[in-house]
Amino acid sequence: MLKRTPLFAAHQKLGAHLVEFGGWEMPLCYSGIIEEHKAVRTAAGLFDISHMGEFAARGPGAAEFLNFALTNDIRKLQKGQGQYTILCNERGGAVDDLYVYRIDEEEFLLVVNASRIDADFSWLKQHLNVFPGGGAAELKNRSDELAAVAVQGPKVAAFLDHCFPASSQTAAALPKNSIARFNFDGSIVLVSRTGYTGEDGFEIIADAGLIEALWNKLLAAGQADGIKAAGLGARDTLRTEVCYPLYGHELDESISPLEAGLGYFVALGKGDFMGRAVLAQQKAQGTARKLAAFKMAARGAPPRPGYSIWSADGGTQPAGHVTSGTQSPSLDIGIGLGLVAPEFSPANTAVAVDVRGRRLPAMIVARPIYRRP
Amino acid sequence: MSENVPADLKYAKSHEWVRLEGSAAIIGISDHAQHELTDVVFVELPAAGRKVAAGEACAVVESVKTASDIYSPLSGEVVAVNAELAKHPELVNSDPYKAGWLFKLNLSQPGEAGQLLTAESYAKQIAP
Repeated sequence: MLKRTPLFAAHQKLGAHLVEFGGWEMPLCYSGIIEEHKAVRTAAGLFDISHMGEFAARGPGAAEFLNFALTNDIRKLQKGQGQYTILCNERGGAVDDLYVYRIDEEEFLLVVNASRIDADFSWLKQHLNVFPGGGAAELKNRSDELAAVAVQGPKVAAFLDHCFPASSQTAAALPKNSIARFNFDGSIVLVSRTGYTGEDGFEIIADAGLIEALWNKLLAAGQADGIKAAGLGARDTLRTEVCYPLYGHELDESISPLEAGLGYFVALGKGDFMGRAVLAQQKAQGTARKLAAFKMAARGAPPRPGYSIWSADGGTQPAGHVTSGTQSPSLDIGIGLGLVAPEFSPANTAVAVDVRGRRLPAMIVARPIYRRP
Repeated sequence: MSENVPADLKYAKSHEWVRLEGSAAIIGISDHAQHELTDVVFVELPAAGRKVAAGEACAVVESVKTASDIYSPLSGEVVAVNAELAKHPELVNSDPYKAGWLFKLNLSQPGEAGQLLTAESYAKQIAP
């Protein structure tokens, strides 16, 4: 039985094309993936991200425990700030990638991938139980009681505050990666200036019971600016264009954040943390494979996850494989991400992607593949 | 969702449609299929002259989301393909039964057509 978010009825009302995603029945698209993608790049798009998980960590020992469990340095976070970070296993592989926010001095919110909620929570619980001073931190899975939407695009900041007339601050003034409490119709919601599209945008976390009213209010507030409900299809093409990793593709328990090109989010200098020994060794010696972005040389069949990547002059062994691939709606050509041997990872390396037995020429390019004009 | 299933066509369970014209047949994918695939961005068609057997994968329709094999509903020789799709693959979405056709066969075993689905039975198959 697939799980449904509190916005399921709203999706049906909009005629969503529903698909299974990580155990959830979610909208793939409403009007069409390309149309929704372009709405986000030029105006505004509204995504249901209620399937994602939320954990609350609080107490005097919470920061210390999270700084051990996660790769980024949580001490950099002031109250009201968030950071992208990775939950690693002992081998430096990624249990998940997530956002952590410092809501208050001793209170944190973790936003995790839908398909990893159970794995993450039991992993964190298990390590909290044996962490020295772990008794001074409390961890709660709030995924069922909370829902969330992402509202993304260059025009969002201009209308978002119409949804929060009673708030003392404005969302438009929120710095990137910051989070704050806003008043929505007398209830408190959390608004962060974050997203997964490469555009300016916000994510809003609210009690499940409030989310449909918030969804409708956002669609109404953005109507004049051309807001569109957008599904997982556009979410995937948008994030691929800007080379954000998707768990299960660019990261998994056997792929380290350094292999995935996420070294910026691994604070090797902060002291000991889970996976540090392996990650420090990878940093010193280099990894056996590296994530690279590529663009097909000509329009044609788009690259897909699992396709092999080859040296432009052939060879008997593949250089690597595609982890994410699609047709870029912004560039109108096939694009993708892949794990390749390090010598193939520099930009402007000519490669070939095997599409059903044919080697189609492609070029490794600098990340992100698409940059907003 | 109201499904568009023209009554004058025959259908395969795998969502191709067939327009019979004497001993030839024009083949495409149904409105239901294009909707399931979402935005089509590339179509790989068989070479003219290729002989295909009923049920053989002989074309690929690529959407933003995924690549899907297209199976020839009947046996025969490919005598024409829709060259417009190279420039305008989105015709498969916007006009699946006319401008979005895929290829044309000269049938080697016209009798096979009797095993295709009528519009009525195909509509039943795709009913939610």
